[in-house]
Parts: sequence; C-alpha cells; structure tokens
Amino acid sequence: MKYVELTLVDVGLAAGLIIVNSVISIVLGLKLGRSLLLASIRTILQLLLIGMILDSVFAIDRWYAVAGLLLVMTITAGVAAVGRTERRYPGVYFDSIVAIWASSWIVAAYAMLAIMREVEPWYQPQYAIPLVGMILGNALNGISLGLNRLGEQLTTHRDQVEALLTMGATRGEAARDSIRQAVQTGMVPIINSMMVVGIVSLPGMMTGQLLSGVSPMQAVRYQIVIMFVIAAATALGTVGVVLLGYRRLFNEQHQFRSDLLSRS
Amino acid sequence: MFEAIQIRRTIAGRHLLDDVSLSIQNRERLAIVGPTGSGKTLLLRALAWLDPLEHGEIRWQGTTVQGNSVPAFRSQVMYLHQRPALMETTVEESLRRPFTLRSQQHRSFSRDRILELLKQVHHDATFLERSTRDLSGGEAQIVALLRAIQLEPTLLLLDEPTAALDDASTRSIEQLVLGWHDAPHADRALVWVSHNSQQVARIANQVAYMRDGRLTEQPGAADDPAEQP
Repeated sequence: MKYVELTLVDVGLAAGLIIVNSVISIVLGLKLGRSLLLASIRTILQLLLIGMILDSVFAIDRWYAVAGLLLVMTITAGVAAVGRTERRYPGVYFDSIVAIWASSWIVAAYAMLAIMREVEPWYQPQYAIPLVGMILGNALNGISLGLNRLGEQLTTHRDQVEALLTMGATRGEAARDSIRQAVQTGMVPIINSMMVVGIVSLPGMMTGQLLSGVSPMQAVRYQIVIMFVIAAATALGTVGVVLLGYRRLFNEQHQFRSDLLSRS
Repeated sequence: MFEAIQIRRTIAGRHLLDDVSLSIQNRERLAIVGPTGSGKTLLLRALAWLDPLEHGEIRWQGTTVQGNSVPAFRSQVMYLHQRPALMETTVEESLRRPFTLRSQQHRSFSRDRILELLKQVHHDATFLERSTRDLSGGEAQIVALLRAIQLEPTLLLLDEPTAALDDASTRSIEQLVLGWHDAPHADRALVWVSHNSQQVARIANQVAYMRDGRLTEQPGAADDPAEQP
C-alpha cells in the first residue's frame, strides 16, 4: 500500500475549512470569531511544536531524551487532571502527578517489555512516545473524574462521614463509600469506550495505522493491546490518586480534615 | 475518667480554644453554656478528638488518646451533632449501620431494645420502617440519639441536640439521654452544650461557662442558672 505524504499546501487546504466555522459564527451571531482564530492558530502552532520536538527526540534516539519528553508530558497531564476538579486540597497536584506517573509508566513498561518485547531498543521513541501519550490521555481522564468525585462525595456527605467517625469508625471505614464511588466514577469512561470500540467509533490510533498503510488486522491487534493497557493504567491511576487523596484528608488520628477541601 | 489537658485550637492565628482543661467524672452531667462563637462546639469536637489540636492532650481512662486507639475511644466517647446526619435509608437500617464497624463488632443490634426505647418517646415498630428522608428534625435527632445510645457509650458529648426542635421533641431527647445516663451498674457521664437555662437546670449537675475560647469559671452547681447569650 502506498503512503501519501502531505505537503504544506495540503495542510493549508484543510485549515481553510475553518471558514465553515466562521460562516456559522457570523450567520448565527455567535461572536466566536476571536476564539476560532485563536483555536486555529493554537492547533497549528502546538502541533508544529510537538512535531519539531518529536523530530529531535527521534533523531537523538537516546533513552534520556525519550524519558525527558515523557516526563514533561506526564507532569503536564498530572496538572491538567487537577485543573478539571472543583474541590482541591493542599498537595493535590503532587498526588495527581505521582498517580499518573506511577500508573502510566508501570503499565507502559509492561507493554514495552512484555507485550512489544521485540521492539529494539526498548525505549524506541516511535513506540514509547505514542504509547505513553495515549495512556496519559486516558489516565488523566480517570484521575480527574476520580479526584473530582472524591471531593464532591466528601463535601456532600461530610456530616455522615463524621457521624461514622463519632461512633468509632476507622478512617478507612468512614471513607469507604466515598472511595468506592470515586474509583467507580473514574473507571466508567474507559469501560464505556471498551463497550463501543469498533462499533460506534474507530479509535485514533487504529485509524492512524490504517492511514499509514498497516493491515486492518494488525491495526486491530495494536488497538486491542492499547485498550487493555489504557484500562489498566486508568484503573491504577484512579485508585492511586483516590487513595492518596484519602490519606491527606483523613489523618492518622482518624480525623476527617474537611477544612482542607476548598472550591477551586 | 476523662481529661482534657490544656487543649488549644488555632485558626488563622486566633486561639479558638485557648488552653482549655477539663475533667469529667463518672455520673457527671456537665452543661457548657456561653455566647455564640465562644468555642463551645469546637470544644466538644476537640473532646471527641475530631479535630487536630495545636497543643494539649485528651486522656481517657488514664491513657492519652492517639493513633490506633482513637476508634475504640470514640466507641466509648460519642459526639452527637447539632444536625443529625443520617444516611438515606430506613430508620432500622440506619440504626443497624454502626454494628458493621470494627470497633462495634462485639455488639449486636437489638430490635427489642430499640422498640423499648422508642416506646418511651411514643413511637412503635412502624417507625423503624420509615425512610430517614421523611423524618422531621426532631424524629431525625431521636434516631441519631438512639443510634448512639444503643452502642452504650460511657460519655456522650451533645452539641445543642435540641436547638432547632419543638418542646415535645426536646423533652423526648432529654428523656432518652437521662434514661441512658441513669442506667444502673454502668459508668456514664455527659456533656451537653445548651443555650437554654431551663434545660441546663433540668439536665445538668455541673455547669461550665465558655467565653472567647476559654472556660472562664470552674463548673458550679446546676441551680446556678446559665446566662443567656
């Protein structure tokens, strides 16, 4: 199969489609002109920037360059996960970064070393960067939803949580329902995705592989691997961040520090 | 049996509890009175070890309360919120819930005992089937109180439990608390925060006064009427 390379003219033709959005905005008086312009410029600049960075990391082809880029992506994802939460506590950014780092990197290491073991060297940027990128994007979602739900549950049910503590509950017993709810909420999107993958939508990676000429069955195999890897990382990340949050909000004296939770 | 030694709670540089010391003996019924914002609720919460303290310690039966001993301590020293916090379920399920806790597993739910207590406050078995969502404030507080006293605590810390209740509900709550307190052959004591001097006269045999985070006077006789805020 022939892979068709795109020229800058081709990209320009696609960018011209923004006219569709602009016309809708003008006709309906949506006043989205500024936002559309900004979004278009950002799309182009951000992707060109990551393209240049990836080009140099691919060129350097050393483990530390790959690890450095992945670390920046991980920290950005950890910060972004907190950005979507409504209630925060001191240390929440640290917890989010640790949870997303540990879950994504452990699962990615398993994928690289055990599943895609023929990749040589193991850190090959062509595999490691997209893989970790996809894991981070999904784990971020789970972590964000889990954290948000934990804060919301503990705020809404503050009196009930305290009532349990007053009757002799340990901090774990008092927080158990909230922890369960939070983890469940964090894991729902990936379970939903797994339910409809291939029926409602063709995932981005699979589509990308098909576009670049990979056979459909190979693309499907990669997608299956990626779905399970993402599910595992999301589960680990969500449980991790919820437990870290719980440890901060319930101290060793079995006290619930609801005063630490504040609206963002 | 209970001692708070120089406990201090500071928020935003202000001492909301300022080196408060307090001891409670068996059979004591201590009322704490004082103006709004004087630190009564914070004191009660501190006595139940619900909030971190900057300084001081709580001693229960001669031992400092901390770490893993806290749940066992709270199974004996129970704090009752001003606003009852009940799960959305039936009254009976709500009453059964604490028996699932590790610190309460040596006890078991007794429907007969609950029915006996309910009878004292003019309710029957149908009350147990009701949803906690449909209870009035007074009924919810009765459930919260029953949930606590069925666990036979030694010390009850009651934070204005009747503040928002009508006379009938107030009397029911007082009756249940005094009934629990007067049980023979058991160590019992209570601390009751109240704004109502008549109530203080009815329930307390000691009174302490709270002002600006300090217990300003040593507990005196209950017939010395509490000052109104």
